[in-house]
Amino acid sequence: MFQTVLLSLTEGFGKTLEIFALTLLGALPLGLIIAFGSMNRFKIISWPVKLIIWVIRGTPLMLQLIIIYYGPGLILGNNWWGSGASGRFTAAMIAFIFNYACYFSEIYRGGIEGVPKGQREAGQVLGMTNTQIFFRVTLLQVVKRIIPPIGNEVITLVKDTSLARIISVYEIIWNGQAFIKSQGLIWPLFFTGLYYLLFSGALTLLLGWVEKKLDYFKV
Amino acid sequence: MALLEVKDLRKNFDSLQVLKGVSFEMDQGETVSIIGPSGGGKTTLLRCLNFLEIPSAGSIRVKGETLFDSADRRGLSEREIRQNRLHFGLVFQNFNLFPQYTALGNVSLAPRLQAKERPDFKARRKEIFDQIEEHSIELLRRVGLGDKLNYYPHQLSGGQQQRVAIARALALTPDVLFFDEPTSALDPELTGEVLNVIRQLAREKMTMVVVTHEMSFAEAVSDQVLFIDGGVIAEQGPPARVLRAPLEERTRQFLRGYEK
Repeated sequence: MFQTVLLSLTEGFGKTLEIFALTLLGALPLGLIIAFGSMNRFKIISWPVKLIIWVIRGTPLMLQLIIIYYGPGLILGNNWWGSGASGRFTAAMIAFIFNYACYFSEIYRGGIEGVPKGQREAGQVLGMTNTQIFFRVTLLQVVKRIIPPIGNEVITLVKDTSLARIISVYEIIWNGQAFIKSQGLIWPLFFTGLYYLLFSGALTLLLGWVEKKLDYFKV
Repeated sequence: MALLEVKDLRKNFDSLQVLKGVSFEMDQGETVSIIGPSGGGKTTLLRCLNFLEIPSAGSIRVKGETLFDSADRRGLSEREIRQNRLHFGLVFQNFNLFPQYTALGNVSLAPRLQAKERPDFKARRKEIFDQIEEHSIELLRRVGLGDKLNYYPHQLSGGQQQRVAIARALALTPDVLFFDEPTSALDPELTGEVLNVIRQLAREKMTMVVVTHEMSFAEAVSDQVLFIDGGVIAEQGPPARVLRAPLEERTRQFLRGYEK
């Protein structure tokens, strides 16, 4: 029995990892684009972007998953996602990426705006181009500033992946819970916690290592 | 011919006139001190000359070459502004060293980036970088930091950081070096080491403009003193006269604040 459970949970955890990795892959760059949008000096661009950030950050991710998955079918009368598992997974990924991109964008914005104006000006008077200033002066200072808050979001994401089960994406919680119905076993669900703990523990170590790597200078 | 000629320089921020027509000239090897009350336009003048702000009107010429002339309606391209900036160096009040680079890295960064634009860069890359490093080390020795090459800014005192900043500004061999209140952010016991470096540069005939509140330093080091108040040069002349026997009432009033 234990082996069956282990196999099923590990398979579910594979899906969890998939959600986790794809969300970061999509949300980290998308967040930067959204950040530049919200910092744009033209209000016609920055205001709509800020509105979107407000809506996404101001509502539960679970609700966003439900709306994105059921919305097209119920409101537009056309279920884009189809009825299969891959459609549900795609819908979940869109919700996750968008949600996390908005959180990341605010972290990026804080990081970029936190670099003192004098850093940029020092580069300018030394005849550096804007690109050189960004890559040689600003970027690493931004990275150093944002690693801790980004790390927080990443750890939160590990656990948020479980929200995908609300639209029946078969991640680890779903698989653990299934044993209650099929076998009357509760412990597999409890056992999923161990997977989360080990994974977030490894990430914590990794983030600590990166922070230490950037310890050689102060901002 | 004067090295630097500034004519009728004006700068408005929206409806606020900060510079209302500033003109002065200086020769090669001269040191000019700028004194005056806060908000009088001293910093704005320096920022305009370094193209951190684009002047609203007037002209700036260096060695006879016109860098900026508001009569020329074409405006300056990004590239021209960068080229113009290379004539000048600026030492900031708050140093603005790059925290992720060592003292040596701070000094050599801009020259290394500049070198990439040289036509022979690809062929002589290593040689060029070696030369830049050697020159940067030499500059840090000149400001007395030959033993701190690999220190990061946070490991240095304020006075040492400011001396690195001076070396960094010298690295691109500017025609004129500007200082914006270089000791104002320093603890009193650290101002001496920075002022000494500037004194030494004056002796070596570096052309410099120093905005300062250190009156005795201004008197000792400069060839000319400009008193800027209300966006204009209210008085100018040799330091002994402007500082000891000013002609204008507002200069007298300003200097009274410094008497002990």
